[in-house]
Amino acid sequence: MKNIDMLRTDLTRRGILKGSGALVISFTAPASIAAAATAATAPPKPLDPTQLDSYLAIHRDGSATVFFGKIDGGQGTDVGIAQIVAEELDLPVDKVAVVMGDTATTINQGGASGSFGITWGGKPMRHAGAQARQALLELASKRLKTPVEKLVVSDGVISVIDAPSKKVTYGQLVGGKFFNVSMKWNGKIGNDLDVDGGAPLKKPADYKIVGKTPKRRDVKPKVFAQPATYVTDMRIPGMLHARVIRPPVADATPTAVDESSIKNIPGAKVVQKDGYIAVVAPKEWNAVRAAQQLKVSWTQPAPAFPDPAQLYDYIRKASVRQRKVEKNTGSVDQAMAGAAKVVEADYEWPFQSHASMGSAAAVAEMKDGVLTVWTGSQKPHYARDGVAALLKLPPEKVRAIWLTGPGSYGRNDAGDAALEAAFLAHATGKPVRIQGMRPEGITWDTKGPASVHHAKAGLDASGKIIAYQFESKGFSRLDLDSNESNPAYSLIGQQWGVPLKPLDSFGTPDEAYNVPNRLMAWETIAPPLDRVSPLRTSHLRDPVGPQIHFASESFIDELALAAKTDPVEFRLKHLSGRDAAAVKAAAEKFGWETRVAGPKGDSKADVVTGRGIAYAKRLGTIVVVAAEVEVDRRTGKVRAKRYAVAHDCGCVVNPALLHNTIEGNIVQATSRSLWEEVRFDRQKVTSVDWVTYPILDITEAPEKIEIVLLDHPEIPPTGAGEPSSRPVAGAIANAIFDATGVRIRRAPFRPDALKGSFA
Amino acid sequence: MATQIHLVVDGKSHTLSVDDPNMPLLYALRDELGMSNPHFGCGLAQCGACTVHVNGQATRSCVTPLSAVKGAKVTTLAGLGTPEHPHPLQAAYVEEQVPQCGYCINGWIMTAAALLKENPHPTDEQIRKGLSGLKCRCGTHMAIIRAVKRAASMA
Repeated sequence: MKNIDMLRTDLTRRGILKGSGALVISFTAPASIAAAATAATAPPKPLDPTQLDSYLAIHRDGSATVFFGKIDGGQGTDVGIAQIVAEELDLPVDKVAVVMGDTATTINQGGASGSFGITWGGKPMRHAGAQARQALLELASKRLKTPVEKLVVSDGVISVIDAPSKKVTYGQLVGGKFFNVSMKWNGKIGNDLDVDGGAPLKKPADYKIVGKTPKRRDVKPKVFAQPATYVTDMRIPGMLHARVIRPPVADATPTAVDESSIKNIPGAKVVQKDGYIAVVAPKEWNAVRAAQQLKVSWTQPAPAFPDPAQLYDYIRKASVRQRKVEKNTGSVDQAMAGAAKVVEADYEWPFQSHASMGSAAAVAEMKDGVLTVWTGSQKPHYARDGVAALLKLPPEKVRAIWLTGPGSYGRNDAGDAALEAAFLAHATGKPVRIQGMRPEGITWDTKGPASVHHAKAGLDASGKIIAYQFESKGFSRLDLDSNESNPAYSLIGQQWGVPLKPLDSFGTPDEAYNVPNRLMAWETIAPPLDRVSPLRTSHLRDPVGPQIHFASESFIDELALAAKTDPVEFRLKHLSGRDAAAVKAAAEKFGWETRVAGPKGDSKADVVTGRGIAYAKRLGTIVVVAAEVEVDRRTGKVRAKRYAVAHDCGCVVNPALLHNTIEGNIVQATSRSLWEEVRFDRQKVTSVDWVTYPILDITEAPEKIEIVLLDHPEIPPTGAGEPSSRPVAGAIANAIFDATGVRIRRAPFRPDALKGSFA
Repeated sequence: MATQIHLVVDGKSHTLSVDDPNMPLLYALRDELGMSNPHFGCGLAQCGACTVHVNGQATRSCVTPLSAVKGAKVTTLAGLGTPEHPHPLQAAYVEEQVPQCGYCINGWIMTAAALLKENPHPTDEQIRKGLSGLKCRCGTHMAIIRAVKRAASMA
């Protein structure tokens, strides 16, 4: 596959690491984990994907370290991985440390991506845990001169069933040594990497650790402000602080830089190459001041962006770059022609920003011929490849180490910071720490795409959907790929003129409504500006999920109304199995009263309430959200007061962490539904801070979020990092209709946009 | 010319020599004293990630000139409590597993600590109003409210 070069890079990492395992761990992991991992000497690790030793090490004290090629942005993925491995290994979970996201010690498993952390990331780890247990049993069998069938394992101690005093520990068997056990590798690198050595897996009925609630390992270091927790806190003696100078308007390039304009600032210097400009200084505040004070002349290009007031018309009229029909079953036209009733509607969704809590930071150092970059990028292996390509260094001379960044919801500004820090360290010959000021993370991060959605459906006389057409048209979700492995997908690479190849990708609703005739398609249009654009798109949490399912689930409610049916009942008419069970569970938890949606009682009161429901799937995971909202008809202000959520992602590995993950998604998605819209004019993005890009305030947070976890231990987990983001906007819009009788088809539902809608 | 400024941070006395007396306190704490907290979030006093206590008041250090806090007593999250002797809010944060990325944590905990000092048993409404304006991008607001209530009940 195309990633074979990256694989080769991984394989050659061995030279760098040899003998330095302990040092590596102390740099990359929060103190508590580092202590656990270094309690015994970690063996030097060969990064051969076929080798058990590449994924798991047993230390002399009997504890284990797992080397995981993904990262955790604060949802507890690493704890889930530790539980999965501990379960198969028969070790207490607190004896399993997890090292993540260091290209020198972990194989590329795709980084954080697509809610696959447990789903795909957990698979090879589970197999590795089972394989290690089997290998340990075989070693114990020889040592204890007892057949494997007569041995029993408990908490890392193997003993003879009928003679418990005959025993040996994992640490005694293999502590500090290689297993030298091969596993069958599926030949893939990235998300779909898997290995399987044939060792039997534990039956879900026997689980003792999966399904329990061990706590996160990163919470205490964060709560007690311990050092080396965040990439922003990484420091190297003698390092310079850097700030970047971005163009004042889109498409501008610098014509002159007046270096004398910062000569009064101690130590401040300009570093520039081919249109990329940064300032560096030994003191951080001096770098900040220099960036504010530096005089740069810029070209004055023609306005590049569409009129924001006409954005959705612009999208509708724009030439289609790619059209993809993802589902075409039966005959939609024929069925529509024979329908008792046809319903049609359009929906619109704006550009949105990652707007991470802090703008991204990265630290880079060139030492002994190796460039190391500490990054908050969710995909450090790809950041490594991007740095190597940008600086024309052999990939084996670059190492990327992930540390927690200030927010992690996809391909945000961290990918840009990593490449820029690397360039600056390379150019200055000194360690460099770069961090964005507020606009780098709101104005200049990649954006979730704006889109329009057209839905049309035919109902038969009994009120069932017999034909359903759903088409989205919008900016691609991937003007930039979802990682920074190619400099063309970074701001610095684009400023240097690396040719950009925007990708075309969107999506269609993910649901299981039983509709015989369907046409589900999407169309992408070109970015308004093809390089160095603050409106370039890439992945933002649950890429295109919120916009598509806002449209599709609002539309299902419009159909329910046309069929004069309760929204829950209408959905249940078209669903079965786990999907129907989830709808019922959310409705029951909510206390859903069966009736057709629409205002009841005193609908002309100033403040009215309503309830709405929405359901969506995401790659196997099912989420149903029931919402109660309060609408102030005078001001247009909407408050999402209460939610009941049903969540089915198969096997629940850690219900406590899953609960908080879902809760975070629901609140963040509430913010995106009610407030978030990137503002721009014809020349630039004008959302530059929290005033111009408002998000949900705690006074507006729901009063209550109740979550029902539908656990299926026998069904492999299907992911939870993002799915609950997608039904929220639809549930709110449906509840607004129920409260007011007014259907809102454009997000966000801000007071300034809705004021006057309910008169 | 370098200016000398005296400060007490988390109980330790420091005399700083700085190029610009208008440098925000945040940069003194992070860059001069090498602290890992508070965090730079916006530099505009809009998010709270840089919050510390200055003489007991929750203060946004990113916009507080060093010259305005001469001789002041500054407490940061690291000085609020330790794993061995946690502030009730820190204990509650761990118990509730509040943060995701946690980059906002100084704002919420330091502001809530000041709030609880004024009003040890706030209502839900008072907690929300008292913390209004702080940002959390990961959406952990529900857990934050639970933790503040838990801390209040521990006091």
